[in-house]
Amino acid sequence: LSSLSLFFNPFDNLVCILLGISLTVWFTLLLVFIIVPAIFGVSFGIRRLYMKTLLKLFEWATLRIERGAKENNHHLYKPYSNAIIAREPTSLEEEIKEIRRSGSNRDLDSAPEFEMSDIFYFARRGVESIMDDEVTKRFSAEELESWNLLTRSNNNFHYISLRLTVLWGLGLLIRYGFLLPLRVTLAFTGVGLLVFLTCLIGLLPSGRLKNFLSEKVHLMCYRICVRALTAIITYHNSENKPKNGGICVANHTSPIDVIILASDGCYAMVGQIHGGLMGVIQRSMVKACPHIWFERSEVKDRHLVAKRLSDHVEDKTKLPILIFPEGTCINNTSVMMFKKGSFDIGATVYPVAIKYDPRFGDAFWNSSKFGMVNYLLRMMSSWAIVCSVWYLPPMSREADEDAVQFANRVKAAIARQGGLVDLLWDGGLKRGKVKDTFKEEQQKLYSKMLVGTPEDRSRS
Amino acid sequence: AVGPKGIFRVIERSEQWSVGELEPEDFGAIRELSMNPIGDRIISAFFSPGKETVDFASFVRILAHFHPTETSRSRDGVQPEPANSRTRKLKFAFQLYDQDRDGKISREELLQVLRTMLEMQVTEEQLQSIAERAIQEADLDQDDAISFDEFRKVRGVDLIRDQIDNWEY
Repeated sequence: LSSLSLFFNPFDNLVCILLGISLTVWFTLLLVFIIVPAIFGVSFGIRRLYMKTLLKLFEWATLRIERGAKENNHHLYKPYSNAIIAREPTSLEEEIKEIRRSGSNRDLDSAPEFEMSDIFYFARRGVESIMDDEVTKRFSAEELESWNLLTRSNNNFHYISLRLTVLWGLGLLIRYGFLLPLRVTLAFTGVGLLVFLTCLIGLLPSGRLKNFLSEKVHLMCYRICVRALTAIITYHNSENKPKNGGICVANHTSPIDVIILASDGCYAMVGQIHGGLMGVIQRSMVKACPHIWFERSEVKDRHLVAKRLSDHVEDKTKLPILIFPEGTCINNTSVMMFKKGSFDIGATVYPVAIKYDPRFGDAFWNSSKFGMVNYLLRMMSSWAIVCSVWYLPPMSREADEDAVQFANRVKAAIARQGGLVDLLWDGGLKRGKVKDTFKEEQQKLYSKMLVGTPEDRSRS
Repeated sequence: AVGPKGIFRVIERSEQWSVGELEPEDFGAIRELSMNPIGDRIISAFFSPGKETVDFASFVRILAHFHPTETSRSRDGVQPEPANSRTRKLKFAFQLYDQDRDGKISREELLQVLRTMLEMQVTEEQLQSIAERAIQEADLDQDDAISFDEFRKVRGVDLIRDQIDNWEY
């Protein structure tokens, strides 16, 4: 027995030594290549190189699939393209006339009267909308034309070739075995540092030193988090970056939006106080610089919210507020109606457009489908998150517009810049219902066709 | 047509609703349907009388009405009528009128449909006269109601050949 133990001990030692060495090397590399650049805000360009390589790989993979599908005569499920998804709107009158024309050869230029067949028009439109409607399209993830080696984003995935499957398997290994642990480590480091350092800074007396340090700490921690997601961000028009006393307004696709914006500038966050880890982070952040956190009960009180926001904005030493007016996450193909609250305050608005490149990983958070943790895991096991941020020139409310018009103007500017479709609809519709006023429009159109407008009738 | 893309969407939808069965309220999230004057009637067409939920299979079965009619198919008297036959489509439309499913469209039922399609835009007298004219034209056996056979023969309905045959979402 003792000879056996002699045999194992040196071996044990060797394993321990090797483990120790590799861990040290690992952490040193981490420090040098990721954390130190994050602190100083510089970049080695590793991520961009990584991105270029990935793109070439995806192109190859897509070609292989298309070739394979052609060879095997598989019907490729081709999703609709990135173009605007809206159907050609035909007027109610045209369509009903079309239905009637096919039914009878009566002269249709005479005043049209009600026909029992008219119901076909409404029935068909109704069922069409059950199959496929404009708004719900925005809430499901965008469908891609190329394949990015993630099975979750591809509906065509079946066995095409050995090489492709091997590549996919390799990708799986790299993503879950190497990238995921790395990123999780970074994420914990980033968040941990944020909490710890902001608490430290909170001990300092208010003044220039505190603000300066707070800025540096926030930026550093967000940059680490950016690297934790392997986010490759391109900022455009940085001369328009939001200034103190203003409100920064952006379209919302995922909780990551916050990290993306906050790693390039300092903002005051607005939101509800949560419990758990999120709450801890929020409470420590507010020690270092003033953020606007609301208790759950206060959120419903619009006046209170508006008052706190406008108080913050008037104090020019405080940071610009970051707000996502859509109120919920949209799938990054369009911009939904902005809630008017933030546009009512009278501060300068700095619009920002964020557009994610879906080729690398879908950043959209469908909160009704996935929880937060699930979502973050998906993000961290994707290849990368590539996005572009455009800082648009500041806008102010004009004398003759009200808050809603101003909000729509800002929304249009953001949609135009980001190449997103400008939808005049309420993001809350993902969960809610429709107002009755819209039904009236259809009724008006139909009755106009049958009996003319009230003016016509009163004239006759 | 309810092809691969369509089925995929339907499945995604039912996952989104993430329940085994649908209730009428679930359709409420569809904006265009709520804007449709007869939206409520279309929704109730999915639910059997007395039932408050519809399961996925029945849901798809009803949608299958909207597959284009295959007119070239040889008629085999023994086979059950396919879901998308012209008769089935006409029956679907008929039932949008005939809400109590008694096989006849009564004057009151016709008025109700007209009311939902026109609501505040016309007067009650105008509604009555429109309904009166429609019944007089369609009611062949003079029983003051429109049966399914009479419905099929109504001018406009009888000849909507192309429209119905190519009727797809």
